[in-house]
Amino acid sequence: MSQTITHAFDAAGFDALLASQSEPDWLTTLRREAFEHAQAMSWPERRHEEWIRTDIRIFQLGKFGLPVLDPADCDLAETEPLHQLVEGVALGGRIETVDGCITKESLDEDLAAKGVVFGSLSKLALSHPELVRPYLFTAFDPDHDKFAALHAAFMSGGQFLYVPRGVVIDRPLHIGSILTDGGTDTTHTLVVLEDGAEATLLHESNSTDSGGAGLHLGSIELVQKPGSNLRYVNLQEWGHKTYHFAQQKAVIDRDCSLQWTIAAMGSSLSKVNQSVDLVGPGAHSQVNGVMFTEGRQHLAYHTLQHHKAESCRSDFLYKAAQQDKSRTVWRGMIKVDPAAQKTDGYQRNDNLVLSHHARADSIPGLEIEADDVRCTHGSTTSKVDEDQIFYARCRGFTRKEATRMIVTGFFQQIFDRITIDSVREALGAAIARQVREYE
Amino acid sequence: MTHVLKIEDLHVSVGDKPILRGVNLTLNHGETHALMGPNGSGKSTLGLAIMGHPGYEVTSGSITLDGKDVLEMAPDERARAGIFMAFQRPMAIPGVKMADFLRHATTNVRRPDRKEGEELIPMREFRKELREKMEHLRMDSEFARRYVNDGFSGGEMKRAEILQLAMLQPKFAVLDETDSGLDADAVRLASESIADIGHQKMGLLIITHHDKLLEHNPPDFTHVMLGGRLVETGGKELAEELHQHGYDRIRKAYPDAEALNQKLLAEDAEEALA
Repeated sequence: MSQTITHAFDAAGFDALLASQSEPDWLTTLRREAFEHAQAMSWPERRHEEWIRTDIRIFQLGKFGLPVLDPADCDLAETEPLHQLVEGVALGGRIETVDGCITKESLDEDLAAKGVVFGSLSKLALSHPELVRPYLFTAFDPDHDKFAALHAAFMSGGQFLYVPRGVVIDRPLHIGSILTDGGTDTTHTLVVLEDGAEATLLHESNSTDSGGAGLHLGSIELVQKPGSNLRYVNLQEWGHKTYHFAQQKAVIDRDCSLQWTIAAMGSSLSKVNQSVDLVGPGAHSQVNGVMFTEGRQHLAYHTLQHHKAESCRSDFLYKAAQQDKSRTVWRGMIKVDPAAQKTDGYQRNDNLVLSHHARADSIPGLEIEADDVRCTHGSTTSKVDEDQIFYARCRGFTRKEATRMIVTGFFQQIFDRITIDSVREALGAAIARQVREYE
Repeated sequence: MTHVLKIEDLHVSVGDKPILRGVNLTLNHGETHALMGPNGSGKSTLGLAIMGHPGYEVTSGSITLDGKDVLEMAPDERARAGIFMAFQRPMAIPGVKMADFLRHATTNVRRPDRKEGEELIPMREFRKELREKMEHLRMDSEFARRYVNDGFSGGEMKRAEILQLAMLQPKFAVLDETDSGLDADAVRLASESIADIGHQKMGLLIITHHDKLLEHNPPDFTHVMLGGRLVETGGKELAEELHQHGYDRIRKAYPDAEALNQKLLAEDAEEALA
């Protein structure tokens, strides 16, 4: 982190950001509100249940500048994007961002002809307000905490995907976000699928330096209208000195299907709130989470499966492995509203602790207000067994190969649920890269 | 050149507790040796020490393979040098398919210099060989897709160990009760398979309580372990004698070793209770 900060997260920075964006007034108004709220809000208190296990005392916002505001200022020289999720995949469109600045965007003509919209959120807010405005900040809550308010005020380089009624996109779309060392990313991803629409979105985040510093203040909003079907994959490999604060939420309506896969490997400290609201009968969501940490990484995921309508299914499986002195926190909640009879909810978190100094916190939870439901939850934490490693070594595996195999085996249950080959392979490779030598 | 696995005056401790107290054994390639002895005498310890289990400390003595110091080698180097052990209780590795496990193992053992990340045996070639070996061992092909020893019955685990023996083709193999926990038909099948794969083709050290396995794999030598030492060595007639009459004669003939054996058993029982 050597660059000096041109624009900070303050009033002057906010003005500079507004000046750099050509966006509609309603969006600027949303930003101004959020900025005022952010100014008035304190940082989350340690004693707050959400933050009790995640210490942010060393986080200093003043150390980070705003995202790059002018694409011309983007340093593209060293930003060869890592596109792991798309190996051998024919894409329908792609967006690339560097330090929160969109550097490339494309969408196949046949999809555009069907009314699919995929590109820069701020540009599309101007050109297609009727598609953006009704949905922006409907799933995302800018008042959730100071991080959310800051995100709403300073978001930049956002992406918008809109799939019209009944349109089925047969090839995945891709978003690649890159952070340079010391950079800031405040991208906001908004996805809207109209009735019966289908899409697959592959989203990966990397730093140019795997040990790189940086700040990601992000949000994902997924809005699904009845009968739509979304597969969303998020591979997070931010540099290991990067802060990652995000609010990610899907709102899925009647008979929707959502498969949401999150692989979290990067960042020094992550605090992510991920939730799925099931708001129409017959909606089904499957969430697959992989966390794999090393060094002193601290990854905290708070998940919520909120059943607001009857006869919905939600199935959350998070598997995490921890190395060195790293720690993961998973706090899950199934919330069932009184109206949500016949709910079928499942949540599970399995941990594989690979070092004596690593730690896994696993806190499943249920809040059920309906009486005719089936909700199950479970949590396991185990250690890699020396006898397993010895057994594999007796078959010619080095210690590292044995560990890698055991860890990969641990995550296999998640891979078995992933229906996209390139994603399975990319996750397998990302996990293998992160396995260290143990002696 | 005939390969030789040579164990000389081997002393092995677990924690502070001496288990093996001076074991001498020379295993030539192509020979079959039976290792017998009552519970707690140290038979499995010898196998685990040969493989280099980190919990088994060699306090003195040597193990060499064709003159090379085996004790200097990590367990995976021993496997790549051609030493194998079929485990009495093999470990489960959930999420890892037998076929993938074996493909990696076979590659490493056949190409001892392979570095991590280098290519494995081509999938097609490996699958063909695995299928042939499994057919030969009368194993269902579905077995290859199951996770390593995960949810296997006792008999399936032992057969999986035999399949690994068949794929890895070691120079020397310790078979630790590869016939235990099996019904009569399964014992016969295991015995035939081992005879087919290993008898006279490897140096076999067979730890067993049954006679079936040794019927199919007649030992050139039979060793009797008691109190951490090999107290007697004979031919296959010694194995037959022990099967018929048990260890009473041995226990009486070697009272010091018997006393040590009883002491170790008593300590094990105490630990199990503690």
